[in-house]
Amino acid sequence: MRIDCKHVWEHISAYIDGEVDAGLRAEIDRHLETCEICSAVLDSTRNVVVLVADDRVFELPSGFSERLHARLEKELELAGP
Amino acid sequence: MTVSNPQFEMDCIRRILAGEKHIFHDLIRPCERAIYFLQLSLLQNEAEAEDAAQETAIKVYLNLHNFRGDAQFRTWVLSIARNEGLGRLRKAATRREDSLDAEIDEQSGDYTPAILTSWREIPSESLERKELGALLRKAIEGLPEIYRNVVLLRDIEEMDVRETAAALGITEGTVKVRLHRARALLQRDLAPRLKEFAPKRKGLFGWGA
Repeated sequence: MRIDCKHVWEHISAYIDGEVDAGLRAEIDRHLETCEICSAVLDSTRNVVVLVADDRVFELPSGFSERLHARLEKELELAGP
Repeated sequence: MTVSNPQFEMDCIRRILAGEKHIFHDLIRPCERAIYFLQLSLLQNEAEAEDAAQETAIKVYLNLHNFRGDAQFRTWVLSIARNEGLGRLRKAATRREDSLDAEIDEQSGDYTPAILTSWREIPSESLERKELGALLRKAIEGLPEIYRNVVLLRDIEEMDVRETAAALGITEGTVKVRLHRARALLQRDLAPRLKEFAPKRKGLFGWGA
């Protein structure tokens, strides 16, 4: 069975996470060897996933942790064990 | 991401419940980032997300005796966080209609990615440029809520499928479907615009596409 581009796109996320079975993975790999569009879609999707996971993208507001623990400290004083 | 450590957590909980209250600071610390960003994803307002995160931590403390250890501690904490956030949304009745659209959308439709014929990797060092971080944040904030939450927990906090499903109260299958849609939406939105952040290539013939 030869799979088409649309079929590859449906599985891109699972492919990136290593969650497609060996047979389907082999089919996708074979398709990717000759399809520059799907290769670029896969590479760009994977790149986006890596970039958004970077801690520099989402940083806690400055002083967040200090304010949280200061408020907790007050609550712990008030609350029972 | 902070990997959970069940033994450490159970020890802390036992000691806190026995009266060593101050240990709660150490117990909650590894979860605080995920709590805040889950609130931000739900509430979309930094000040309110921070307040909700603080309330969540207090509720976790007050309910600590209810934690049974049959879920991961962080999962349990995030389900309390989610309830706090959803409660606030309900109260303010500001729940955005896009989540409704997304529920419908989930039943149907394929996502066509941005079609490219070549891709040059944008290395993580490019994040030194503030505009890149801003572009990525904006794209994620623009996702429908149900997709945003999944991306946040799976790709940003790097939680596994099981934990994400438990924290959001959805099935593992739904996590996978939503993650796939979210990544496809992000690729479609971002790929054409990220190209300008690619390092300049030397000695070749320029862009492949």
